[in-house]
Amino acid sequence: MKILVYVAIFLMVIAQGFWAYTENYETQKSLASTKRLQIDIANARSQLGVLNAEWAYLNRPDRLRDLVDMNFDRLLLLPLRPEQFGHVAEVPRNGLLADDFIERLTVSVLEVEE
Amino acid sequence: MIRKPLRPLALVLEARAAGKNPGDIERENIKDRHEQARDASRSRAESRLLVLILAFISLFALVAVRMGALSVSEPMEPQSSYSGPSIVAQRGNIVDRQGRILAINLDTHSLYATPQDMVEPELAAQALAQIFPDLDQQDLLRWFTGSRKFLWVKKKLSPEQKQAVHDLGEPGLKFGPRELRLYPNGSLAAHVLGGASFGREDVAAAEVVGVAGVEKTFDDFLRDPSYAGQELQLTVDLSIQSAVEQVLRGGMMLMNAKGAAGILMDANTGEIISVVSLPDFDPNDRPAPPTKGNPADSPLFNRAIQGVYELGSTFKIFAAAQALEMGLVTPDTMIDIRGPLKWGKFRITDFHNYGNELSVHDIIKKSSNIGSARLALQIGADKQQEFLKSLGFFEPTSVEMVEASGGRPKYPKDWKDISTITISYGHGLSATPMHLAAAYASLLNGGYKITPTLLKRDFYERGPRVVSPQTSRQAREMLRSVVKEGTATFGNVPGYAVAGKTGTADKPIETGGGYYEDRVISTFASAFPAHDPKYVLVVTMDEPELSTGIEPKRTAGWTAVPVAAEIITRVAPLLGLRPEIEPSAQLGVTQTSN
Repeated sequence: MKILVYVAIFLMVIAQGFWAYTENYETQKSLASTKRLQIDIANARSQLGVLNAEWAYLNRPDRLRDLVDMNFDRLLLLPLRPEQFGHVAEVPRNGLLADDFIERLTVSVLEVEE
Repeated sequence: MIRKPLRPLALVLEARAAGKNPGDIERENIKDRHEQARDASRSRAESRLLVLILAFISLFALVAVRMGALSVSEPMEPQSSYSGPSIVAQRGNIVDRQGRILAINLDTHSLYATPQDMVEPELAAQALAQIFPDLDQQDLLRWFTGSRKFLWVKKKLSPEQKQAVHDLGEPGLKFGPRELRLYPNGSLAAHVLGGASFGREDVAAAEVVGVAGVEKTFDDFLRDPSYAGQELQLTVDLSIQSAVEQVLRGGMMLMNAKGAAGILMDANTGEIISVVSLPDFDPNDRPAPPTKGNPADSPLFNRAIQGVYELGSTFKIFAAAQALEMGLVTPDTMIDIRGPLKWGKFRITDFHNYGNELSVHDIIKKSSNIGSARLALQIGADKQQEFLKSLGFFEPTSVEMVEASGGRPKYPKDWKDISTITISYGHGLSATPMHLAAAYASLLNGGYKITPTLLKRDFYERGPRVVSPQTSRQAREMLRSVVKEGTATFGNVPGYAVAGKTGTADKPIETGGGYYEDRVISTFASAFPAHDPKYVLVVTMDEPELSTGIEPKRTAGWTAVPVAAEIITRVAPLLGLRPEIEPSAQLGVTQTSN
């Protein structure tokens, strides 16, 4: 009986030693992968920063204004004016743009152009 | 071990001889033996317990020490680059009220040289001078062949420049990582943002520090690694700021002004939606502070927050409002305005002759100096100071910019009656346009004191009451009539019921001794819509002169007002205000007397 217990304890010690060994390597592996991930995150953040900066730079009001001026003949975009606030009743129904509505929009653009 | 027999023969014989039971001796000995065994097992158990206690204590101590170590250690941050752990963590971004980027960081590189590692200094100097046209080839060559072991060539490189230098293959030219503060919108909101530059620097990294504006005010917040990833949100709106700046710039050129300032503020919270000072600069390439000339003429000077000016007739509404608040007059009370008003050696006159008397309402509408002087004399110097103080005219504004403390108002130390008179129409007390905007907001929003702010928050605390709602309403009606039929008729924007007051003040001569005849500061302070003010707009122009007519026109009605009207036309739709028909001013409130 005693011998059985000793053998069992000995096997358990061996098993635990093996477990601790693998666990140690697992930990080192995850530490390495964490570090890699952190570098990846830092790189991704840096790239995101560049993209955000580029987005902000491309959308700067001065540039948009110049682009609107350059493409005026195609886009007919003008700064928002108080006259452009409409009323709910003026919205065309059934998804169809009423002719007079389009006409009114065009006329207001032309008026400002003059 | 010598075992003691249970029945020792000698004792048994002895007991038998004495006639006793020899069994007693055996029992006695068994008892002794049991006691010894018990003692032995107890001491063994005690020592085992001791070992167990020690084991548990050391285990718990281990856990405690580990927990303590974990709790005091810093959590690890993802770092932008692994080269410089001494100075890391990115500076926080600055965004506008809708989250659009105003300031952001970019990773870039600096270029430095270690001449002792150089293979061909002549070739390197020649090539560098080609890549960077602002560097001189002779200087570079002198540095590269001199005795220096280390020198900075460029603090910031673009990726193209870096590649070009890299392609030279010169081992003595090296790159260090740098964080570059980028303001993608260029000069837009330049004065608000201020700018940044490098603080502590070494090869591996450099610290970015704010040098002016909100960058400096919130430097600690932006740099603190524990706030990493958090943005600083301002109340400024990028598109509105851009529109105001564009209109103001156009107006400044049209009116031949040498400077201009515009402030758009939420009348109920004090949020600064837009603050513009022209001329401005590019914070990406912040100019050096001027070493000669008037610092107020430098583009770095913020006219809206640092510029202390006499703001002229815009102050008249304060005298009128206070007289109404104190119950001295009603808007219809007639005031004697026969001029000139003589006070000691001073003569107070009006721009035009407005007759013998005017109502308080018309004094504001026509902008009568004598009328407001008479009102101020009724109020008295002490009460007038008290009221102006409650509107914030005695302290620098609390705008979150380092420059705000420079905008300290100037007022007479010795407040005589003549000061009371001149200050009632805006001479003798100098304040910044930001002071004026905050005071107009406080007066017109129903009477609650407004503290201007640049920091976006979820909740703004309401300030103490400065005037009653009724006085506020009467002030709004008077200012509305200034735009409808008074000195600011160019300021009328259909649908937005602008209420405001013009002010044209002669500029004091810098060297002292009187005022310029032909240089003015013209100001228009306004609020819209008049019946329920949502926004306050102050436009100030420095030395405007409209030379279209026979005589050059400098008054605010011709210069600041049309610019302000154009700003409102452009900005109100962007603010989401739909044009509406103005409710009749006197509807339901008919003052009768019999």
